[in-house]
Amino acid sequence: MATLGPYHFSPYPTAVVEGVLTPPPGKGLLYNEIVDEEVAMREAAKQMLTRENPTIFVGPLIIYAWSDEAKENAKLVREMAEVLNAKIIPMVDYRPKYPKINPEVEINPNHPNLTIWHNNIKVCIFIGVHCHFANVALKIIRAETDCLTIAMCAKMGHEDAMITVRDQHPDDIRKFINIAKEVKKELGK
Amino acid sequence: MGNNGVYQGVNKSGQKIVSPDYMLFEAPREKVFMTGSEAVKEAVKRASVDASVSYPITPQSEAAHLIGELWVEGYVGVYFRGESEFGVMSEVAGCSMAGARVITTTSGPGTLRAMENFPMWAGSRLPIQLVLMARGVNSPLSIQPDNLEISFLLDTGCMIWHAENAQELFDMILAGFVVAEKTDVHVPIITAIDGFFISHTRESIMIPPEDIALPPYNPYVSPTPIIDAEIAPGRYIKDPFVMKSNYISYATHASWQWEVRAAIERSRPYAKHYLRGLIEEFGDSEAELVFIASGTAASQAKEATRMLLDEGIKAKVVKVKSIRPFPHQELLEATKTAKYIIVPEFNVVGWLEREVRASFYGKSNATIIGTPRVAGGMTMPPEIIYRDALKILGKEVSYVL
Repeated sequence: MATLGPYHFSPYPTAVVEGVLTPPPGKGLLYNEIVDEEVAMREAAKQMLTRENPTIFVGPLIIYAWSDEAKENAKLVREMAEVLNAKIIPMVDYRPKYPKINPEVEINPNHPNLTIWHNNIKVCIFIGVHCHFANVALKIIRAETDCLTIAMCAKMGHEDAMITVRDQHPDDIRKFINIAKEVKKELGK
Repeated sequence: MGNNGVYQGVNKSGQKIVSPDYMLFEAPREKVFMTGSEAVKEAVKRASVDASVSYPITPQSEAAHLIGELWVEGYVGVYFRGESEFGVMSEVAGCSMAGARVITTTSGPGTLRAMENFPMWAGSRLPIQLVLMARGVNSPLSIQPDNLEISFLLDTGCMIWHAENAQELFDMILAGFVVAEKTDVHVPIITAIDGFFISHTRESIMIPPEDIALPPYNPYVSPTPIIDAEIAPGRYIKDPFVMKSNYISYATHASWQWEVRAAIERSRPYAKHYLRGLIEEFGDSEAELVFIASGTAASQAKEATRMLLDEGIKAKVVKVKSIRPFPHQELLEATKTAKYIIVPEFNVVGWLEREVRASFYGKSNATIIGTPRVAGGMTMPPEIIYRDALKILGKEVSYVL
């Protein structure tokens, strides 16, 4: 479980069905394994730097939150995108977009596969998305696409992502950026 | 901050805020003699509850009435009577969406009348606590002890814990808020008891001081946006995918429902900690005869185990504290020496037996027998459990009932 999709049709089985839960504090989840946060971050950086069309999906907790931390996180996400050569596509809110989403510029938790298909995204990071909506989206992505998902969560993490780290605040995001710079150098990128 | 960092200020009622671990495991306790309904009041008093809505129904009316007294005394922020059970369960949802810690109680026909709301709570990720004082569901109307209604709630997307006695109910109510409000859980918690047997009888329970309370609920831990100027109440219902018939709508609904079930599963480590395990074992650890029971049936099975020991028969009771999540692995481990598993229940359908059978299918060689099943207000004397166990073992029933 928490393996790369597509499972087609249904998000079942979800990760918890196979006993995969969110990682404990200080740890990350790398597929089905609980690993040190740094190990998960290193693999996340490697995947972002080696798979096609890496994209960071940024949610309302960063885009719209009225807090100093959100402002700092927003700057860090931009820096992260530069280091990882990644696009940023916002998840501006959680309402499904009708009659039609513009997948060039937006992703939505109720039909995230449309944005991923349209842009041929093979790896992505979720950050700043409310946990319920991240989880709904991550299950659909696994069911419908072959995109590798990474969740950087300010709370407890997301077991339906293939790589997840938890309790991510500015210092932790900075740590990830530094690890990504190291990995990038190691890969000669 | 003082007392080793335990105290973190005061709540709106002026009670000292303590950590959940301190409240449940470390605070000094004194013995009191009270009914289950009064135990509900004492737990709510220490739970920094923001709101409660009630509608009188037997047997929960006494507990709801006592929560009303707490409002008068300043321990509960908002308290009012709903128009009906459906009204109550809708109104507590509104309170919870607005960021309040909420508790209510119901039972029997009240549960059924409010039924549509329970999956709505779960799908909306509301950590509401419902104290379910289970009572019979039947026509002609029953107002007697019987926990059939728990079976109706099993798949609503709520966590369900089943207390054996008033002490366990007291602790479960406090722990229930703590676990239900974890961000990765954040679904409703139903703390169930067998009505009348627990709600109306007095027993000795140990409770911590009344001047301490759990940390207040922080609605910003919610995995969904809380309501504000941008996010109106009932926002989910206005979202268009609900009313569409297309692949996107189906996929979203599927994922959403799995997410609610996943949230219940994520409660396991927290529930294990605060309940000191999802199950409890009593009796001979190597026994070939094992009773799996929840609620007051566990008490009766323990008595039967003592009687069987007098006959030289070793037996064990495995009490199931958490029905959702269901303790699959714990039960398999606790019954690995079992040849016979007997599931006594206070209902006609045997919902716990069904759960055990489904969980054990292909994983256990033990013979599972659902007996006795007592319903409609009948009591379950340990003698009938003892008698059935002896019959199953092919022994002579010598005890005079």
